[in-house]
Amino acid sequence: MSASTMPAQTTADIAHAYRQERAKRAKRSAVLKHIFLILTSLVMIYPLIWMFAASLKPDNQIFGDLGLWPSEFQWENYSEGWNALPVSFTTFFWNSTVVTVLSVVGNVISCSFAAYAFARLEFSGKTIWFALMMTTLMIPYHVVLIPQYILFLNLGWVDSYLPLIVPKFLAGEAFFIFLMIQFFRQLPRELDEAAMIDGCSPFKIYWAIIMPLSLPAMATAAIFSFIWTWEDFLGPLVYLNDMKDYTVPLALRSFISTDGVSQYGPMFAMSILSILPILLFFIIFQRLIIRGIAMSGLK
Amino acid sequence: MASVTLSEVRKAYSSMEVIHGIDLEVQSGEFLVLVGPSGCGKSTLLRMIAGLEEITDGTISIGDRVVNDLPASQRNLSMVFQSYALYPHMSVRKNLAFGLSNLRMPKDEIERRVADAARILQIGELMERKPRQLSGGQKQRVAIGRAIVREPQLFLFDEPLSNLDAELRVQMRVELAGLYNRLGTTMIYVTHDQTEAMTMATRIAVLNKGNLEQVGTPFELYNNPRNLFVASFIGSPKMNLLKGDAAGQGVNLSGLGTLPAQLGTSGPVTVGIRPEHLGLNQPGDIAVDGTITLVEYLGSELFVYVALADGQSLLAQAPGNAQFKRGDKVSLGFKASDAHFFDAEGLRIEASA
Repeated sequence: MSASTMPAQTTADIAHAYRQERAKRAKRSAVLKHIFLILTSLVMIYPLIWMFAASLKPDNQIFGDLGLWPSEFQWENYSEGWNALPVSFTTFFWNSTVVTVLSVVGNVISCSFAAYAFARLEFSGKTIWFALMMTTLMIPYHVVLIPQYILFLNLGWVDSYLPLIVPKFLAGEAFFIFLMIQFFRQLPRELDEAAMIDGCSPFKIYWAIIMPLSLPAMATAAIFSFIWTWEDFLGPLVYLNDMKDYTVPLALRSFISTDGVSQYGPMFAMSILSILPILLFFIIFQRLIIRGIAMSGLK
Repeated sequence: MASVTLSEVRKAYSSMEVIHGIDLEVQSGEFLVLVGPSGCGKSTLLRMIAGLEEITDGTISIGDRVVNDLPASQRNLSMVFQSYALYPHMSVRKNLAFGLSNLRMPKDEIERRVADAARILQIGELMERKPRQLSGGQKQRVAIGRAIVREPQLFLFDEPLSNLDAELRVQMRVELAGLYNRLGTTMIYVTHDQTEAMTMATRIAVLNKGNLEQVGTPFELYNNPRNLFVASFIGSPKMNLLKGDAAGQGVNLSGLGTLPAQLGTSGPVTVGIRPEHLGLNQPGDIAVDGTITLVEYLGSELFVYVALADGQSLLAQAPGNAQFKRGDKVSLGFKASDAHFFDAEGLRIEASA
């Protein structure tokens, strides 16, 4: 039966054909979009894949063999790498964990205190302090490195974790403070006032009202703080001299020796392991961000 | 229950004074409504009583305590906010109990009070919900519940019904009035809605630009407004205001004639006449012809806008079964005894008719 003999179906047919055509076009553009996205993500992820492949190759193949697929899987790189240095990686991971966890806790607590003060409390010179705090955002870490070193040397803190941890408890990260101030300012002030009438001190308002409502901001700060501290190379390099105090990035650097033979395979194996905690932390805390956004439908 | 006394209370932001020395006495057990146009300072005044806003000058006492320097939590009062300000991360039960647990009240006493409030406000089945799962009216109930569990000496309401739709507002108004009758606690209630003010208040305080214009019962304010502002603010639809000239035996109203009323003064005056006192095609002490420009039918009554020959427009109220339509020629009249008179400064003058 042709369409011309059944005029009643013609419009439906045209609509159907049109819909099919549109669906086809949408499909084509979706395929193109995905190809583009997959290609760019491959470019982004290639170094990681390369590192993972290298971590499974024998040393002589890492830079010689161009292919990603190892000719033989050398899983020993992992077990050997773990104990390749005079101090085991168990110690390095433990050191990193201590420094990082304390830094995250310190940053989240102290920066949210400072942010709460800037966002909600009245004190003299508030605008000047705020401007000062913001200008510290513009000073590169390397500028303050030497004065800070001299300060901690005079305090006798060099060769300990104190220079890496104590500043985190003093609200030194202007970026986190700013992030939280912006978040706190969105919370209606009437909540504070209701809490005031309900008998809350400023600290209780922070603790019982502001803090639980700011989980997304806190989680964001925690994630960034974790990544930055876990990956930090320069800080530990400057302040830690004894290998048993080393954090993971510093230990990884020790695989490359300037005089003898560098152990690349074990180094890449340990590098892969060093990424896992970041991944894990991110997966756990990004849920808080999403849940927080769902909660903030306040009104 | 406590009385509240404000004397010479002022508030200034840097050099801008927004409350200009207010004296106000709220009696124990009274339902006082603060009313005024937006920006008149009524919310600021309430927040000063609550302790959320500092007082620039003057004293505020609750009961016989001067509370100027007491923090909000120690003034033994509760406040219901316009936005409800329920804690979004706490269940309804926790919202109600939060203030009580801050007072270190024993657990069973907290439970008893929360259960009482839930029963009074009929929110029993909502207790485990979070505020975002509640409708506007339910949030409003919880906010009131949070205020009553404290069993305070004084309730403060900051435009609590203005976020509700019209139907719910009427319902909550009735419930609030019922709650007041039941608790008998002193209440101070801020609104810009004069229907709320008229229906709920024991007394109304009218504020304008940071000044107290008049305090009185709804009846006093409606029938004896002390000045032009109160006269035109209270009453819906608004009072008609006519320019006139007072002389010996009466008041000359331009375009209307002479109203027989002895004011004891002479010079320019304003004559106010409420729409319901303006008779359509009825005799009065004064009468004038005009043309109807608009008729608003409200069912039980009609609002009729009448243009006079000289261009003035007056609003008259007629019973709902009256037959008027646009373009009709009518005669308007009113009695001198129904008119209100105000001098050039806008202050009320009593006529000795």
